Amino acid sequence: MTTSFPLRTARETAPGAVDPLRGGETSLTAARVHRGPGGTRTGWRTWTRSSRPSPRGILGPVTTSALSLRGAGMAFGDRVLWSGLDLELQPGEFLAVLGPNGAGKSTLLKAVLGQQPLSEGELLVADRATRRGSDRIGYVPQQKSMDAATPLRARDLVALGIDGHRWGPRRRTADERRRIDEALAAVGATGYADAPLGLLSGGEQQRVRIAQALATDPTLLLCDEPLLSLDLRHQRAVADMIDRRRSEHATAVVFVTHEINPVLDLVDRVLYIAAGGHRIGTPAEVLTSATLSDLYRTPVDVLNVRGRVVVVGTPDEPGGCTHHELTPQPLERQTAGRRGGGAA
Amino acid sequence: MDRLFVFDDYGALLGLVHNSLIAAALLGVVGGLVGVFVQMRDMQFAVHGISELSFAGAAGALLLGGSVALGSVIGSVLAAALIGGLGVRARDRNSVIGVLMPFGLGLGVLFLALYEGRAANKFGLLTGQIVAVDTVRLGWLIGVSVVVLAGMAVIWRPLMFTSVDPEVAAARGVPAGALSIAFTLLLGLAVSLAVQVVGALLVLSLLVTPAAAAFRVTASPVLAPVLSTVFALVSAVGGILLALGGTIPISPFVTTISFTIYLVCRAVSARRRRTGWGSRGTEPASAPVGSEPSAAAVG
Repeated sequence: MTTSFPLRTARETAPGAVDPLRGGETSLTAARVHRGPGGTRTGWRTWTRSSRPSPRGILGPVTTSALSLRGAGMAFGDRVLWSGLDLELQPGEFLAVLGPNGAGKSTLLKAVLGQQPLSEGELLVADRATRRGSDRIGYVPQQKSMDAATPLRARDLVALGIDGHRWGPRRRTADERRRIDEALAAVGATGYADAPLGLLSGGEQQRVRIAQALATDPTLLLCDEPLLSLDLRHQRAVADMIDRRRSEHATAVVFVTHEINPVLDLVDRVLYIAAGGHRIGTPAEVLTSATLSDLYRTPVDVLNVRGRVVVVGTPDEPGGCTHHELTPQPLERQTAGRRGGGAA
Repeated sequence: MDRLFVFDDYGALLGLVHNSLIAAALLGVVGGLVGVFVQMRDMQFAVHGISELSFAGAAGALLLGGSVALGSVIGSVLAAALIGGLGVRARDRNSVIGVLMPFGLGLGVLFLALYEGRAANKFGLLTGQIVAVDTVRLGWLIGVSVVVLAGMAVIWRPLMFTSVDPEVAAARGVPAGALSIAFTLLLGLAVSLAVQVVGALLVLSLLVTPAAAAFRVTASPVLAPVLSTVFALVSAVGGILLALGGTIPISPFVTTISFTIYLVCRAVSARRRRTGWGSRGTEPASAPVGSEPSAAAVG
């Protein structure tokens, strides 16, 4: 089992480690990142969220990788989207997946979801081969407005995340209803839990979707452009919600986006996919003029402006500019891009 | 006009249409429930297309002297299989339906033109009939209804998931394609029921209007199908009860009742939109959605 971070094997039960969404019914040992005030890693430790030891918790393998890709490749005939992709995603780690349109970012998510088989290599989710419909994976799609006449309330959408795939009539258990309430509370959606979905704003719908994705207590959260078409305030709120989840529950996050700045201060590593291959590393390592020029096979400039990353000269954008943000962010966030400063 | 309603001997008439009342009640339940997904999946046009082929099947059975019920089921299921199999995406689906529908209607007209039996039978297939349900056919209707209701019970939740939220449903392993075909087949069976009671031209009044009305006044996943069923039931059974007193077919009564319910629901929703349906935020969950209008709409 390969890990790219030091990991202590001693297991200790952290106070309050019982997952409120799952209520300790499942046992899962996970590593967790601790951040100091400056946002740097202060160390790793493992903890168990089990209150009731299960055979798997005692004898089973310790989960060290929420997602692992080994020599993974995706090709459609002659067209190779990416190949030779090696990635070990730690529990609680935040990975941003960047790249131009058509680079294969969404296909990567499809592969993780088990909807699109790899053309080469291996893909494991929480140390097991991925499969369709796994409840270890939560999925947050792009915000799309719901039909105003959809006969569902916010609470019902979250409930579908738990049992929407099950056939036949059934009554939700008290435990499931509690999990739904807690998932809604965790994203601050209790106030409109019983409002019709179609009447919620885009930001509210997106919070409900996050609650839905987290209701099964996944070890891996996949987000496909979840901030698209949200205003800045809601972008921040949704990003913070995802960040809180991964720091409190060690949920690993794969965040596909074309705009890294709203999440720049949350990102541990970046996977940048372009025509010239891919790079994995910290934002400071990957978001440089040299690396991106290499990936795009054309001169590209990466500028750091007020803690934000601006990429100039990419061939796929008419203005030659991606990851730009024209609207100023709130003041307290302008200084928050702690990793952005070193990327020049 | 004074011959429109003659309620003498009403009790005796009621005995005669006993079977039709049961058929209408079944159709109300089936149509109301299936209609929920017709509405959610934008399949109103499919309902119309299937009903024309169901009509062709029934007309063919009439011509050949076979069972009209069986003929309409065969026509419906064939149409549903073609629509479900050829057009999974909405745009493909609509063009497939647009191609099938006139063909089915033409075929039906041909069969009726060749048929030399009672003229009332011909007209009944298009616009509905009251006393046409004999015991044998009622057995068919009950059997088909049971199949549709059981099928809907099994696929209800995954179908709801994939209809509302196809991407996340796919991520959770819900088989969208299989569900689409399964639902279209169940829809075909429901349409074949309706064709025999209200006629091919007016199927929409029981498979579309009740659910459309219910969606106006509730967003609860429990109340929406319940209201839709109640609306369809009231329309179908009420239509027969009213038609008994008159000389005209049942369909105008059914369509008028269901349309009236729809208008009332629209009015309720317009009023509520003005006064604020989504009063969340300030008063969270103070107005349980859809609980109050049910009384207004049913009455």
